[in-house]
Amino acid sequence: MADPLIQIEGLYKIFGDDPLSVVPLVKEGKSKDDILAETGHAVGLKDINLSIHRGKIYVIMGLSGSGKSTLIRHFNRLIDPTQGRIMVDGVDVMTLSQDELEQFRRHKMSMVFQRFGLMPHHTVLENVAYGLTIQKVEKTAREKKATEWLETVGLGGYEKQYPSQLSGGQQQRVGLARALCTDAEILLMDEAFSALDPLIRSEMQDQLIELQEKLHKTIIFITHDLDEALRLGDRIAILKDGELVQEGAPEEILLSPKTDYVEAFVKDVNRARALTVETVMKPAACRITETTIGKALEQMKTFSGDYGYHISDDGYQGIILQETLETAVKEDANTEICEKQYEDVSSISPESVIEEVIPETLDTEYPLPVVNEEGDLQGQLSRASLAQVLGGPHSI
Amino acid sequence: MSDASWLTKFPQMDRSDLLSIKKTLDGGFREFSRSYGDYIESFFDPLLYFLVWLEKLLLQSPWWLVIIVVTAIVFSATRSWKLCLSVVFAFLVIGYFGMWDNTMRTLSIITVCTLLSIALGIPIGILMARSDRMQSFVTPILDIMQTMPAFVYLIPVVMLLGIGKVPGVIAVIIYAIPPVIRLTNLGIRLVDKEVLEAATAFGASRSQRLWGVQLPLAMPTIMAGINQTIMMALAMVVIASMIGVKGLGQPVLKSITNQYFTLGLFNGLAIVALAIIFDRVSQAYAKRSQRHMGGNQHG
Ligand SMILES: Nc1ncnc2c1ncn2[C@@H]1O[C@H](COP(=O)(O)OP(=O)(O)OP(=O)(O)O)[C@@H](O)[C@H]1O
Ligand SMILES: [Mg+2]
Repeated sequence: MADPLIQIEGLYKIFGDDPLSVVPLVKEGKSKDDILAETGHAVGLKDINLSIHRGKIYVIMGLSGSGKSTLIRHFNRLIDPTQGRIMVDGVDVMTLSQDELEQFRRHKMSMVFQRFGLMPHHTVLENVAYGLTIQKVEKTAREKKATEWLETVGLGGYEKQYPSQLSGGQQQRVGLARALCTDAEILLMDEAFSALDPLIRSEMQDQLIELQEKLHKTIIFITHDLDEALRLGDRIAILKDGELVQEGAPEEILLSPKTDYVEAFVKDVNRARALTVETVMKPAACRITETTIGKALEQMKTFSGDYGYHISDDGYQGIILQETLETAVKEDANTEICEKQYEDVSSISPESVIEEVIPETLDTEYPLPVVNEEGDLQGQLSRASLAQVLGGPHSI
Repeated sequence: MSDASWLTKFPQMDRSDLLSIKKTLDGGFREFSRSYGDYIESFFDPLLYFLVWLEKLLLQSPWWLVIIVVTAIVFSATRSWKLCLSVVFAFLVIGYFGMWDNTMRTLSIITVCTLLSIALGIPIGILMARSDRMQSFVTPILDIMQTMPAFVYLIPVVMLLGIGKVPGVIAVIIYAIPPVIRLTNLGIRLVDKEVLEAATAFGASRSQRLWGVQLPLAMPTIMAGINQTIMMALAMVVIASMIGVKGLGQPVLKSITNQYFTLGLFNGLAIVALAIIFDRVSQAYAKRSQRHMGGNQHG
């Protein structure tokens, strides 16, 4: 894999009058509450190490007070670390001068805020163009670009309105357009959708996914909602009391939570909606590669099951039962396997979420074939594996 | 007996000591004003020229021109015909009752005091909002300025600069400037943290944040401060007339010493009329320029 775009090493953040003096205590492993009681310092972040790769959506998750906002504000140095290194695209952010830091914020990163952070005294258009105004881009040019982005987020025609005249969902679209308008490579989103009601929120998630397919930005997305994290994230990091407790792909978090805390987090998740077929399918054991009925029957008899997935050079063909072959072999063992021997079972895509395939899986006696877009058999999904996954983390 | 007297009588400083303290301080200050008074006076010369110029301008222009110009200013600030009509009416009545010249003098001194208070007060308020140390340093000074009886600080001002317009203006400003400073500080500190953070996150520099976010968002509060400053300056006009500031205050002072009730009442009412005009105009202006900020500012 290529070098990570953002890399954080040994990051500590302690709030208080003399934060450096408290670092050794934190390293000794004293708890956040003890340190607060003893020294009056609040531990914000504790030994955070993470790498974020280009073009991915990286979700940081945790309960209220776990340090999510503190962490994301380190990326563009809205907060200075007590100790540690923050590398963005090969540059140590801590070495930047005030001037360089402003340039860095203007061009490299932009941010979307939980309570939108729109300028109430500017029109929607001026708000979207804000980043360009700061960069002193000439007026007609920035307004042209802002208009385009407003249209992209579906708010064409609202240019002259003021933020207070818009609904929450619309305001956050303005916030998103404002962040996208500077063409920054990295997008920081601090609980960007948390203030929205569920319906608007899922609409915004769809929009973000759709945009990301076109734009391939590196997005750091903060949320306290695991469903949202699983839906958006390419990778997920879980914070607890300022500590990174687990980091990994969504399936990893869901299927093998490392600590009780993470487990409690994932317990209530609707796994059927969060996991894809790919993550729970098993390798397809019974592959029939012969072309004639007789040979195929012989091959099938070596398998444990009484069914097989017929595969030719062109990929997956269909599912055949032993029963069917036995009847057919009586007529002529040397004819080739054809359409009419296949069972009437549709295949499923590895990308579909489990919820979509539950009915089919339950309706069919055999494990369903998982076939990708190119027509190759990727694996099989049985009722048993479905039951296992939906049963919760304990059963794995 | 003498050893227990402190129980019944406050153990006071020796009379002669107290006297010598007073003498030294007074003497020192007198010395200071004698040697530096001229420099300080010449330092304020530009202010004096401006004051005299504005007063002459208002006094020598024909009355109808003054009314037209003032009404035009009121209209451009408020867009309210009703307010404009009230202003015209108030000025006509004032002129009819023979208070035109004094009103013009007061108007000019209030204008100058307000402009100076804004010019000094807003930067001080900004500095206060920037650092907590500055705030804890300035706040007690403002407290003193607002509670110290005006006559007390009139004394050194008069000692330094004598009697006249400039010391009057200084006294009025000392009395009237605290609200602008306080409310500028407060307004900037109350600016929505997330909006300010957004500006920073998009790479705004300190001055871009100040001019683009902090001041515009603090403007309703700052305007309230300016409004209060104007009101206090008008209230101070009577006291300032004691040190030779001409205007509506002088007839009021005269009517106190000679017990002319009606004269006092008329001139008092003229001050009230000016106050109401300033108040309504500045409030209407503030409202008009902030009409979009309603729902969002604190939410
Ligand atoms: N300016 C500050 N001064 C002192 N302590 C702070 C400060 N900012 C944050 N903290 C501490 O850091 C911890 C993490 O705060 P943070 O705002 O990052 O949490 P969060 O995960 O974003 O929570 P939420 O979901 O509520 O936004 C808090 O427990 C708080 O005690
Ligand atoms: Mg937060």
